Amino acid sequence: MLSQEEKAEIDKELSHVPTKQAACLGALKIVQAHRDGWVTDEGLLDVAEYLDMSPDELDSVATFYNLIFRRPVGRHKIFICDSVSCWITGYKEILEHLHKQLGIRPGETTPDNKFTLLPIPCLGICDHAPAFIIDETTYVDLTPDKVEDILKEYD
Amino acid sequence: MTDTGMETPLTKNIRDDRTPMTIDEYERAGGYQAVRKALSDMSPKDVQSLVKEANLKGRGGAGFNTGMKWGFVPMGDDAPQPKYLVANADEMEPGTFKDRLLMEGDPHSLIEGMICAAYAIGASVSYIFIRWAYHLSAGRLRKAIAEAYEKGYLGKNILGSGFNLDMYVHVSAGRYMCGEETGLLNAMEGKRATPRAKPPFPQASGLWGKPTIVQNVETLCNVQHIINNGADWFRGLSKTDDGGTKIYGVSGRVNRPGAWELPMGTTAREIIEEHAGGMKDGYRFRGMLPGGASTDFMIDEHLDVPMDYGEIMKIGSRLGTGTIIILDDRTCPVGMLENLEHFFAQESCGWCTPCRDGLPWTEKLLHAIEEGEGEPADLDRLEAHCTWLGPGNTFCALAPGAVEPLQSGLKYFRDDFERHIKDKKCPWR
Amino acid sequence: MPYVYIDGKKFEVADGQNMLQVALSLGFDLPYFCWHPAFGSVGACRQCAVMQYKDENDEKGKLAMACMVPATEGTRISIKARQAEEFRKSVIEWLMVNHPHDCPVCDEGGECHLQDMTVMTGHTYREFRFKKRTHRNQDLGPFINHEMNRCIACYRCVRFYHDFAGGDDLQAFAAHDHVYFGRYEDGPLESEFSGNLVEVCPTGVFTDKTLKQHYARKWDLQTAPSVCHQCSLGCNIIPGSRYDKVVRVLNRYNREVNGYFMCDRGRFGYEFVNSPDRITNALSRTDRSSDFEQVDDNAALDAARKSLGEAKGIAGIGSPRASLEANFALRELVGQDNFYSGDSERQKTLTDEVLTVLRNGPARSASLHDVEQADVVLILGEDLTNTAPMLDLAVRQAGMTKPAHNAKKIGVDHWHDAAVRELMQGERGPCFVATPTRTKLDKFSTRALRASAEDITRIGFAIAATLDDKAPAVAGLSDETLAFVEAAAEALREADRPVVISGTSLGSRHLIHAAANTAFALCKEGNAAELAFVLPETNSLGVSFLDAPSVDEAFEKITRGDIDTLVILENDLYRRIDRATVDSALNRCKRIIALDHIMTDTTGQADVVIPVAAFTEGDGTLVNNEGRAQRFYQVLSPGKAPEESWRRLLALAGANRRNGTTLDDICSQLFDTFPAFGDRLRIAPGARFRLVHQRIPRASHRYSGRTAMTAHINVHEPQPKTDPDSPLAFSMEGYHGKPPSSLIPFFWAPGWNSVQATAKYQAEVGGPLRGGDPGLRLIEPRPDAARSYFQPEPKTDSSGNKPSIVPMYHIYGSEELSSRAAALATRMPEPYIAIPSADRESHEVSEGDMLSLTIGNREFQAKAVVRDDLPTGTIGIPIGLGPFVGIDPNASVEIARGVTS
Ligand SMILES: Cc1cc2nc3c(=O)[nH]c(=O)nc-3n(C[C@H](O)[C@H](O)[C@H](O)COP(=O)(O)O)c2cc1C
Ligand code: SF4
Ligand code: FES
Repeated sequence: MLSQEEKAEIDKELSHVPTKQAACLGALKIVQAHRDGWVTDEGLLDVAEYLDMSPDELDSVATFYNLIFRRPVGRHKIFICDSVSCWITGYKEILEHLHKQLGIRPGETTPDNKFTLLPIPCLGICDHAPAFIIDETTYVDLTPDKVEDILKEYD
Repeated sequence: MTDTGMETPLTKNIRDDRTPMTIDEYERAGGYQAVRKALSDMSPKDVQSLVKEANLKGRGGAGFNTGMKWGFVPMGDDAPQPKYLVANADEMEPGTFKDRLLMEGDPHSLIEGMICAAYAIGASVSYIFIRWAYHLSAGRLRKAIAEAYEKGYLGKNILGSGFNLDMYVHVSAGRYMCGEETGLLNAMEGKRATPRAKPPFPQASGLWGKPTIVQNVETLCNVQHIINNGADWFRGLSKTDDGGTKIYGVSGRVNRPGAWELPMGTTAREIIEEHAGGMKDGYRFRGMLPGGASTDFMIDEHLDVPMDYGEIMKIGSRLGTGTIIILDDRTCPVGMLENLEHFFAQESCGWCTPCRDGLPWTEKLLHAIEEGEGEPADLDRLEAHCTWLGPGNTFCALAPGAVEPLQSGLKYFRDDFERHIKDKKCPWR
Repeated sequence: MPYVYIDGKKFEVADGQNMLQVALSLGFDLPYFCWHPAFGSVGACRQCAVMQYKDENDEKGKLAMACMVPATEGTRISIKARQAEEFRKSVIEWLMVNHPHDCPVCDEGGECHLQDMTVMTGHTYREFRFKKRTHRNQDLGPFINHEMNRCIACYRCVRFYHDFAGGDDLQAFAAHDHVYFGRYEDGPLESEFSGNLVEVCPTGVFTDKTLKQHYARKWDLQTAPSVCHQCSLGCNIIPGSRYDKVVRVLNRYNREVNGYFMCDRGRFGYEFVNSPDRITNALSRTDRSSDFEQVDDNAALDAARKSLGEAKGIAGIGSPRASLEANFALRELVGQDNFYSGDSERQKTLTDEVLTVLRNGPARSASLHDVEQADVVLILGEDLTNTAPMLDLAVRQAGMTKPAHNAKKIGVDHWHDAAVRELMQGERGPCFVATPTRTKLDKFSTRALRASAEDITRIGFAIAATLDDKAPAVAGLSDETLAFVEAAAEALREADRPVVISGTSLGSRHLIHAAANTAFALCKEGNAAELAFVLPETNSLGVSFLDAPSVDEAFEKITRGDIDTLVILENDLYRRIDRATVDSALNRCKRIIALDHIMTDTTGQADVVIPVAAFTEGDGTLVNNEGRAQRFYQVLSPGKAPEESWRRLLALAGANRRNGTTLDDICSQLFDTFPAFGDRLRIAPGARFRLVHQRIPRASHRYSGRTAMTAHINVHEPQPKTDPDSPLAFSMEGYHGKPPSSLIPFFWAPGWNSVQATAKYQAEVGGPLRGGDPGLRLIEPRPDAARSYFQPEPKTDSSGNKPSIVPMYHIYGSEELSSRAAALATRMPEPYIAIPSADRESHEVSEGDMLSLTIGNREFQAKAVVRDDLPTGTIGIPIGLGPFVGIDPNASVEIARGVTS
């Protein structure tokens, strides 16, 4: 069941568009934000019902996009840019460093469920590469030292 | 912004720290004058013709004349309603960060441009389709839109003109294909962002089957200046035939990566050396992608070509988004191409065969070569992919874009490829 | 009609087509995947690439997808251009990147479009040396096997299942080269049309699970043109057999009837022919309390003959599920005066009424294709999805008629599938549905109304009266009903090609009148309106043509003692008339001779049971709901199964018969006796028909099984049986050109081994078969007939407090024979008694209670289900499920209180 809060947020999305389906990605993001950062089957069914879509139709859309998570994720998502400018300026090093610090590889979640590491295409911060976004905070001009400090913020 | 002494209509309001102007500040700086002017003194067709005359070319990559594109929208009383305007703020082209600059630094400028454009095509609903990563821009836009509603620039009967326009921010769920204008329409409709066939063009059948214009953020930010200052002024900003200024950017191993508004047709040499501060110590320039990941490499000999739509085309590349990615001598071109093709293969929507299955193959070949497992015939196979994934052969422009850096890379860095294959390893490792 | 150029040659082509259609129609071999003649172009697979040139001076040209190039005046393409050929080869190579090398074990092998296209493009050498991606397969239920690794992502499956057939549980998931086609979670595909995926998928992703159990090489199947026996629509099919067993059913294209598709009941219902309940031996017993003994066929015939000879009075009871020939042969055996149609009086009245309306009225009976073309649809009282599934599919296509017309206005051709759908945004042509319970078409319709049978009748009359003030009016409609009536009338009035659909499922004669009035009212001033009626069985209408009295009349005579011997033809009387009545009639008979292919309650009451052919084992003619006479032919070789009923009956008649015993013999007698059937040779050629002195083979040239079949016993090749009844041969030898459309045993053309070869049998892709589609329409309207309207019945007094029955139908379960098919039976619901939620309290019933119920004077027990869509004052009875057979929808029904558990 969608919570009142979720419903209110989805209704707002609905007010911007002429069809229910048009709000489906917004709705999935809302449910994801309210429920541990990913869309469970239950969440999917709730949204599907609310928007008059079949679960299959909704999941077809959900699984297409990068930012709808249909599998469990950690409390914080590290979106590390793996595109060309970051790659040139040291993405691999940052990735290695994250691995050293957190013990996880791309796509994995730390055992304490704190971080999930998600390589993602270009974040549009190429003038300050390499970069990553943790949740909604952007970190730029990364160096291994800097990464260490940043991760401490999440202790 | 650094004062270059040149006219910089797009960025003049942008502060160094990019904190945006409030609507009052923006108005004081001359903002929303174009809206007033258009709504009171000009017919929609007037705005269309003016923009067409200014030769404002789409800044999203394809470089099509914007006014001409608007001309295909059905106008008049029996035109289908509502019509839509969408600002394409997806900016997922690797190496591109110019629209972010505009939206973060001067959100009202995009809004004003959109109001003018919407008026020109008779759109009553508009969306800013923005990529998820631009949290800051989205927030600033939302705030600015609220301000504009409050001041009566948006909503019903704008400035008493009888013209109505709503504007919403739509945050993408993430996919490069969302930036392709018809994929964007599907994404907005809550569908898979696969592209649509053209014709029918979005101008005739777009969002929810209604006439729709999709326009890049930077393109839209120019409109009010054209209305305020005229077509001649706009064309005069440029060093070449393509009108206006352009936001150029540089990323890679340069001293000052960044973005600058410069006259259209500025050379890459000037951009890299003067504005980006030249190559970092210990790095030499080997080549560059002039306008994002999906453009052909340019090398030394091209550095003095004016960076505009027409001129770059002549040397076999494209201006694209105008944001340069630099390949230096300590970076392996094969590795770089592997990274690029990985991106394109991952971001293929999976609709058409050549792209869906051809790009992963290309990526695998590049990976093999980079890992020292390449075979001489692999280069022929790569060449063949470049041919078969070319424009018109695939459903949309993703795959043709994907093979642009590859085909030029094979041309300019062939020795590097051959060395990988002969030595069975990457020389940069 | 524009001129186009293909490889320098000039062709005149039909308007509004694309170049792929045009090229295929002209006989060019141009490969394709995502395009389908029924659902148009999307340009995704890029397989149909050609070079396109601006004009005669353009030498460079550009690659273009033929399926996306409109065939307008002066369009120039080259199929042969090297660049196009090379590109097409590359496309296959890409598709094969992830395709497994499992052709030897693949269920699609031998009729795989991907295989054909691979060969056609000349891609033979693989250069891809990396790992293939793999997928997990899903359990999609008893009908369809899923093997995702074989997917080439042509998107046809979703386009058929979701876009075309309206199913919402099959989708494309994920992106790039991970795209996955399946369900959100494992489970049976819910669409009634899922079986078409087998033919729609160009490779072996979706294959027939029932076939898989008897895996056979496709080229080793013996096939014949046949007609589905599982509802009144008569879809054309191709059953395939191997080792004397029917192992699958494929669609057989007939544009006027089922086109490219069929429903799952039809496709998977065939398995009843392999049921353990099949009667394979003649049975006999001396008295009914003892068990049957298996007897020699001749002994059984002798016993039957003897009984007939000793009979005081004989009745031959025919059957609407048997062929015209079988019914006629029985009539011949027992004499015209002793022949009964096999329908109950109740059903016969309804069917006869339908026949009268279609014969004497101005409205034409609609074929399925006509329904697809309709621009406005009104459905009165039929749950089409469950009573005539392919009509549901046709109505869904009719929904596109208007939108496609609108798209054309902005220059988007109807074949430009995605563009039409994007433009129309789910908008559909008007469709009005009035039924007692929820139907799957409700969601699709413009307006759906829940009403009792009686109210639906009144709606029909009211719509007619709104359209034409000469039509009798009805008063006292509720506001909701009035709104429905007005909206429907308005849409129908505007329509160019309206169709009214109704039927006999609700058991109301007045409903037929109501539908007729509506259509008649629409026919005024030269406008054409069409009528489609759903009937219960495959030959319901055909039997009605025979103009024989009902079973009830035979029973009356039994009661009067005029009849003591029955010959019952392929008919389970218990499914028509209530048990007590049948029991008492049968008990009074001295001798009962039953001919059937499967044990039923009726054969269980017989003294002599004579096994006969099921539809795959014999020949015959059926008349579908449109009034189209269609021939079906034997698939299995003679001697492998019992003979046709008609042959058995002719044998029974024995010495009395002067005429021959072939299909042609019985047919010519039948057609002479009943001129309404027209010219038998227009239904299908006679047995003597030859092409270049040759028969038409039931197996293709590729058939490898004949010589090897008995090699472990005998190295001599068995002599193929000859077919005395048709020009078809039980072998691979014979004429290998294109046979007349009614005799097409398989679609196969050089280079085209899959069902896509159908195009080679059509004059124009997606058009009629060459020489006209099979079947002969027996009914044509009388456009100038004076329109005499039917009068509505007076509103019955519903103040009495007995509930009325709402008959509820199930695609899987309501039909007799398919319910005996193994896979299909697993999809049948449990028997239930449906209670309107509004009446739950007054009945003191909750969901799941065991309920006891009397209908007429028989008691039934089943679990209660509470439904919010049932009109109050009714009880829903699932027709055909478990004990619920022989139900008269007009009978009184009563819940025995206090039976809960
Ligand atoms: C794969 C792909 C991605 C694209 N991404 C973007 C984008 O992120 N932003 C953008 O403005 N245009 C993008 N485009 C171009 C758009 O399709 C379209 O041409 C543009 O938004 C039109 O606006 P303009 O005429 O103002 O340039 C992309 C094109 C392709 C083929
Ligand atoms: S499953 Fe079959 S029909 Fe569907 S896309 Fe894949 S290959 Fe095509
Ligand atoms: S999905 Fe567009 S080119 Fe492949």
